[in-house]
Amino acid sequence: MNSEQFQKKIQAAKKTDKVVTTILYVIGGFFLVLLIVLAAYILIKGAMGFKPSYLSFTSEGIGNQFFNTLYLVVLSLIISVPIGIGAGIYLAEYAGDNKLTAVIRISIESLSSLPSIVVGLFGYLVFILMTGMDWNLFAGALAVSILSLPSITTTTEDALRSLPKSYKQGSMGLGASHWKAITSVLLPACFPRIITGVILAAGRGFGEAAALLYTAGQSTVLNWHNWNLTSPTCPLNPFRSGETLALHIWVLRTEGSLHANSTDIANVAAAVLIILTLVFSLGARQITRNITKKATGE
Amino acid sequence: MSENIKISVKDLDLYYGSFQALKKVNLEVAEHKITALIGPSGCGKSTFLKTQNRMNDLEKGVKIEGQLLLDNKIDIYKDIDAMDLRKRVGMVFQQPNPFPKSIYDNVAYGPRINGIKSKAKLDEIVERSLKQAAIWDELKDRLTKSALGLSGGQQQRLCIARTLAVEPDVLLMDEPTSALDPISTSSIEDLAQELKENYTIVIVTHNMQQAVRISDYTAFFLLGEMVEFGKTEDLFAAPKDPRTERYITGRFG
Repeated sequence: MNSEQFQKKIQAAKKTDKVVTTILYVIGGFFLVLLIVLAAYILIKGAMGFKPSYLSFTSEGIGNQFFNTLYLVVLSLIISVPIGIGAGIYLAEYAGDNKLTAVIRISIESLSSLPSIVVGLFGYLVFILMTGMDWNLFAGALAVSILSLPSITTTTEDALRSLPKSYKQGSMGLGASHWKAITSVLLPACFPRIITGVILAAGRGFGEAAALLYTAGQSTVLNWHNWNLTSPTCPLNPFRSGETLALHIWVLRTEGSLHANSTDIANVAAAVLIILTLVFSLGARQITRNITKKATGE
Repeated sequence: MSENIKISVKDLDLYYGSFQALKKVNLEVAEHKITALIGPSGCGKSTFLKTQNRMNDLEKGVKIEGQLLLDNKIDIYKDIDAMDLRKRVGMVFQQPNPFPKSIYDNVAYGPRINGIKSKAKLDEIVERSLKQAAIWDELKDRLTKSALGLSGGQQQRLCIARTLAVEPDVLLMDEPTSALDPISTSSIEDLAQELKENYTIVIVTHNMQQAVRISDYTAFFLLGEMVEFGKTEDLFAAPKDPRTERYITGRFG
């Protein structure tokens, strides 16, 4: 190849590089703009019809639903985080290459593609009808956990697998047991990635509506002076029915006659929900960053 | 001069599934000496090294026959728990593998898993181990910094310090300098010389000059067999086996 042809080839390669880079920028930019427009639309809509009373704990306000959402997410994380991380550790570190493992993997994959309404109806059948209880937050949390378990499990497994083998060798070479190596070196090393999985799982809880319809229920009657945990109006009783923000939005938009201002309230609820998710996710990341910094040295 | 035998290996066979990686290896590792294992890639020298603190337990499908005795009395595969064994026979790996933790936490890792909690005691161990690894002066002002920020040579000496912190009798080194530049390599070699006063060292190396420079004994491995074993100067000056001669004169491998 003479030098002229070579130059031509380089020119062509540079051109291709430029074109592809531009295309990728355009795609990335498109999604960014889409996201900003969507968020801005929801926030502005919410602000337009805003009245302070919408944030109250009265029948017009969304205070109770806001609390229910947080409470349900916390409950579902208490259920799904230990099981999900445990399953991830099992699959990455202990599971043999056999039929049982294959079955578990297929189950997790199918679980992750279940439509949430199916999970909701399953929850209604198992957690409500078969237990004979009324709609309750705990049943809702279980339903949401079913939806979020696969993502926590898969992230944990992937995170552990992506670590260099030398961490485990180094740890066990110093006389650590397998379990000690996992808890003292491997899990801390992939902590940020696992937290990402947990944030996604929490997002599921914030945004879920269909799975909660017949599990957590659509009504909320709370007495904020009642702290008897067994009472159905006690806010902290996990076995009371509790409507979350996402479900409330759906109810307001489909059964609008409940309130004269139901459209405005739904818009405010949507804005609050989006802010809540954002704050939660940023907060969780900041906390992770601080912990990681402390654990890994500056 | 009579020497104590730290580890004696008798008729050791090792199989990966149906592949025999070590064939009837017999070897005696002398206490407070450096024993080098040389041979071409895939000859079984690293595999052999790992049998001495049972790191090959971590791999699947490994089967071992024969006997390895520690201090002439403890059967490594029968009489001792792998975790206890690894505290007495420590290992330094080919790639420096500090944990993603601070320098201090790396060195204190071993003592901590052995249940030492006292800050004063840990401080003392960290300082002593880093001094032994000849890296205390470089690192003493940055103990809280991440170990991942160190250079390759520093990381490897940190890993040696981390192993020394559990006070083993034997140090196994699996090509500890193959990922390092020449200056770091020579500092690790000097360090090995100092450490043999107090430790027994077995080192796998690709580099024959390195074996000549630092070791007292050398074993030559080929295709899973230990072909020749002897004093380093004898083995390199007058190899008894023609295969050894061909290897050390660079005619294959």
